Amino acid sequence: MEPLMAVVIGILYATAIYMMLRRSIVKLVIGLMLLSNAANLLIFTSAGMTRGAPPLIPEGASEPLGQVADPLPQALVLTAIVIAFGVLSFAVVLIRRAYEIVKADDLDKMKDTDT
Amino acid sequence: MRPEVALPILIPLMAGSISLLFWRLRLAQRLIAVGGTGALLLTSLWLLVSVSHDGILVMQMGDWPAPFGISLVADLFGAIMVVLTGIIGFAVAVYSLATTGRGHEAFGYFPLMHLLLAGVAGAFLTGDIFNLYVWFEVMLVASFALLILGSEKAQMEGAIKYVTLNLLSSVIFLSAVGLLYGMVGTLNMADIAQRLSRVDESGLIDVLAVMFMVAFGIKAAAFPLFFWLPASYHTPPVAVSALFAGLLTKVGVYALFRVFTLIFHQSPSYTHEILLWGAGLTMLSGVLGAAAQFEFRRILSFHIVSQIGYMILGLALFTPLAIIGGVFYIMHHIIVKTNLFLVSGVVNRLCGSYDLKKLGGLYRTHPWLSILFLVPALSLAGMPPLSGFFAKFIVIRAGIEAGAYGVTFIALLVGLLTLYSMIKIWAEVFWKVPPEPDERESEEEESSIAPIRQREMWQLYAPIVGLALCTLFIGLNGQPIYELAAASADQLLDPSRYIDAVMSNNGERSP
Repeated sequence: MEPLMAVVIGILYATAIYMMLRRSIVKLVIGLMLLSNAANLLIFTSAGMTRGAPPLIPEGASEPLGQVADPLPQALVLTAIVIAFGVLSFAVVLIRRAYEIVKADDLDKMKDTDT
Repeated sequence: MRPEVALPILIPLMAGSISLLFWRLRLAQRLIAVGGTGALLLTSLWLLVSVSHDGILVMQMGDWPAPFGISLVADLFGAIMVVLTGIIGFAVAVYSLATTGRGHEAFGYFPLMHLLLAGVAGAFLTGDIFNLYVWFEVMLVASFALLILGSEKAQMEGAIKYVTLNLLSSVIFLSAVGLLYGMVGTLNMADIAQRLSRVDESGLIDVLAVMFMVAFGIKAAAFPLFFWLPASYHTPPVAVSALFAGLLTKVGVYALFRVFTLIFHQSPSYTHEILLWGAGLTMLSGVLGAAAQFEFRRILSFHIVSQIGYMILGLALFTPLAIIGGVFYIMHHIIVKTNLFLVSGVVNRLCGSYDLKKLGGLYRTHPWLSILFLVPALSLAGMPPLSGFFAKFIVIRAGIEAGAYGVTFIALLVGLLTLYSMIKIWAEVFWKVPPEPDERESEEEESSIAPIRQREMWQLYAPIVGLALCTLFIGLNGQPIYELAAASADQLLDPSRYIDAVMSNNGERSP
């Protein structure tokens, strides 16, 4: 499972960076979305994947039996998803407002503040 | 139970939520802004006093023993940074009473300011690396909204760059945290430091160190990752610029100091060498960028970049004296840089422009403002007896002692170029004969410049005078400040004290 995930994560990062390098601000935001998802999968995978062993304690026992999945990365991913959702919805509103005010979705036309 | 460890985070959060309740009551929001930031300043001083008395203070959230829960840790460096947050927060809150437009206040300027301060204080106090990420995001979301208050064209263009690069850095940070967790299986920074010394895959550790360096380097605006800063910092309302200039990049610098003294100090010949050259190029590119500018706030923004170089230089040299210099530099820089932005706001208020070519003659009409500009400006350039002289002196002396002559030479040269930039502002804004205004433009400007009322006078000048007095105090009374910086550098260079404080605090029952 891990090699497959590694390839998926790699492709996600590559696509995201490619999208971010394009001139359209819509593609820029799509790139940011893919990037945050790639990071979430990376946390999930690098913490180690365990199949078929939920971190549950059987009734009567005081600790889980044998090797179980680590619940902490899942909590981290959940937090990261929520944060990314909030920030990206801000970014979507921002590019809409920017489009309305600058009247272009081309980053090359947004160079007034660069000189 | 030490409440002062958590209060610097809780007070701005509370102040922010309460001022949300008074969404339509302008007066109440303004009172809460001053009261809340004032309370933040007082508790941060309390925290600094108790940390310097009792050593590193630790608070385990929910009383969970150390590696499992989230720890709040206040060592001297963190406490100093929180005090600076309080000073800047209070000064900017008073200043924004006079400079923030009604429209900006109606869209939640004050609640966002409190949220930003909570994020900054949280980042300085947390002892958990994932929690650090969360505080970064709290701070970023607030800064995004503050940056586009007013929705002008330049703000939108600057904000897109600011948002994109800061999100990119957050993702790199998050990826690095994920990989680090995969390697050591813990998120508590003290525990990570402990366990990482037992991991022997030094290649992987170096890769992680560089990932953290890139992530925090973007936030700190270090070379070659600083482009978002001069593109965006001159666009928002001036109080927001001042707040950002003082605090935001310094959170990145703080994170670099924390991570590269506590966690990644195994192979300084590799990581700190990169930091060293990064620092040199940051200083140089920032100051050269400033030389080409003719907009008041853009010059100051480029100088933020070049000054960040000095702080990173302190970290990169990694000798006791250099770390002292770095900490001293941060203290001096936050106060001076915010003050310069506040002065630029007053100049804009008086003349209606930030463009150096349109300004002039202010020394004749406002001599006191000119003196107030000179104090932080000369301090930034490192003239004795102001605070910048001692900051630069310590860093440069550390550089010579460590034998890093190349970078030390750059530091000296950049000091000279900084002086050139400040004199340029002085000559253009305060000294030269004001240019003949265009007929059409002057009519527009006349209408936009409102006369300053007596009460606003206080709100505009009191923060500037206060921060200038801080600069003078650090300059004329350098010894106690130096000793404070030395004590905090001592703690930074001996990570075992931090680790012991966090890990031995397990299960301490509070009454």
